[in-house]
Amino acid sequence: MNAARRRNLRSGVRLLAAVAITALFLFPIYWLFMISFKTAEEIFSYPPKWWPGQIQFSNYAVLFKDGDATTVWNSLVVAGVSTVVAMFLGTICAYSLARFRTGGENLANWIISQRMIPPVAVVFPIFLVYVFFHWVDTYFGLILLYTAFNLPYVIWMMRGYILDIPRALEEAALVDGYSRWQVLWKVVFPMCRAGLFATAIFTFVFAWNEFLFALVLTRTEVTTYTVQVTHYFGGQSNFWAKISAMSVLGTVPIFIVVGFMQRYLVRGISLGAVKG
Amino acid sequence: MPASLFRSSTRARSVTAAAIPRTAPKERGFRYALVAPSIFVLLLIGIFPLVYLLVVSFQNLTMTDMDTSFQGLLNYRLMVQDVRMWQALLHTLLFIALALPVELVLGLAMAQLFIDRLPGRAVFVALLVLPVMVSPIVAGATWSLMFDNRFGPINQIIGWLAGGEVALLWTINPDLVYAAILTAEIWQWTPFMFLLLLAALAAVDKSQLEAASIDGAGYWRTFFKIVLPAIWPVMAVAILIRGLDLFRLFDIVWALTKGGPGTMTETVSMFTYVKGFQQFDTSFTAAVALMIIVLLTLVVTVALKRVGLEAR
Repeated sequence: MNAARRRNLRSGVRLLAAVAITALFLFPIYWLFMISFKTAEEIFSYPPKWWPGQIQFSNYAVLFKDGDATTVWNSLVVAGVSTVVAMFLGTICAYSLARFRTGGENLANWIISQRMIPPVAVVFPIFLVYVFFHWVDTYFGLILLYTAFNLPYVIWMMRGYILDIPRALEEAALVDGYSRWQVLWKVVFPMCRAGLFATAIFTFVFAWNEFLFALVLTRTEVTTYTVQVTHYFGGQSNFWAKISAMSVLGTVPIFIVVGFMQRYLVRGISLGAVKG
Repeated sequence: MPASLFRSSTRARSVTAAAIPRTAPKERGFRYALVAPSIFVLLLIGIFPLVYLLVVSFQNLTMTDMDTSFQGLLNYRLMVQDVRMWQALLHTLLFIALALPVELVLGLAMAQLFIDRLPGRAVFVALLVLPVMVSPIVAGATWSLMFDNRFGPINQIIGWLAGGEVALLWTINPDLVYAAILTAEIWQWTPFMFLLLLAALAAVDKSQLEAASIDGAGYWRTFFKIVLPAIWPVMAVAILIRGLDLFRLFDIVWALTKGGPGTMTETVSMFTYVKGFQQFDTSFTAAVALMIIVLLTLVVTVALKRVGLEAR
């Protein structure tokens, strides 16, 4: 009886701790969202108000009226197209690495090491090349860079997923007279559908959230939302509403897509080292 | 969260060993055709900058001077003598040395808390992972709003605890800027550690834990003798990934202090950016960038082998 009560107490304390920690980690996100719903007077009231008098969307309306919200569209185009290209190129490359051991371990290791190089070191020469070819501030330029930036990740992850599927099916398909390409399209891709989906989501999130490349390689035409957020920084604190509303516009889509793929989260963020 | 750790090497080896086909020449073409486009793009964005940096670093290009004559090791000498560069490196290492252990220990403690059955556990985990998914620049912007001396909640809460008004200048005061940046950094990435270590803990052999408890081993003894060795491979990968991420720290610092006050919080990435894109010190920046690439390639090559993330 006593032991049971103590166990109850323990699990009660643990639950309390869990709630407290979760609240602590969510508080900044809550604060960001709340500012976007506040009026200017509420944002700059002292002491700070923890919730708005009423939920109102005028801060967002301003972004849409001024056209600032199109930067979210730019992010969508750049992240979306580069994800599709990187997924296609990366997956066929991964298939070759996994099934034919093309290039051996050295090639695979070289590819993953490419991901670890700091962007700031490579963005500098790339910028000069882009100036030369007039690719700065174009969709093409940013898409090319994000594709290259994400390829190592896609190749690495898809190589792991393809190694997980049994070869027997592919061999059977070959015996049945499928060509190599047909085997890829009709057997391999469907078999690693979950892996493709998860990898694509992460690739998209990386490109969507990227800041440094976008800062260097955009001016006015294809500014992404992350760069737009920083345009409101500066001495004048009355841009707070815009900072928060713009940030929320860029963050909500990520939360939604990630919500659908909890199962693949661990494997995705650990570069495949941990199979969640 | 069911988790099987690293794919067992014997299995992976048998798969790949069987995967070496005795292919006809036509098939050989197929496998290289699959790899070619990716390699092309990677070389374009990976190797080309390297060559370019190497060439430019031996010249003397600046904003005003397009001097392409061979200057030998001039820029490398300037770089070694550049105090600001060494300080930036020091700041970066300081951020790594302070943030990484805290993220690791906090993440591990949280994973221990959530490893046993808990009502609504899946919901907690799903919510806790959100900071990782927020763009680092947005995370930085959020914390700069939080840290505002007058309208931010941080000073308000400290005021409640201190029993009076406080107006700490978190992003300006030299004594506080590191705390501010580290808070944002640790907030965003502790959940990353938590998530990986939770998966690792879930994979620890339960029968070993039971055996230890029957033998009368205490909590800490069990932890150090059984749990820690079992989760170490995952921990090593997590440390490597986070360490390399921290080395290129840019966004959060950009949003909070822009490297200030002065250059007090300037990281290597910020230094390179300022030199290249604000001061247009082209050849000098090329030397710095090249040094970063060479240094990191060495670290990554060694680290990949050691932590077992490398291809098998």
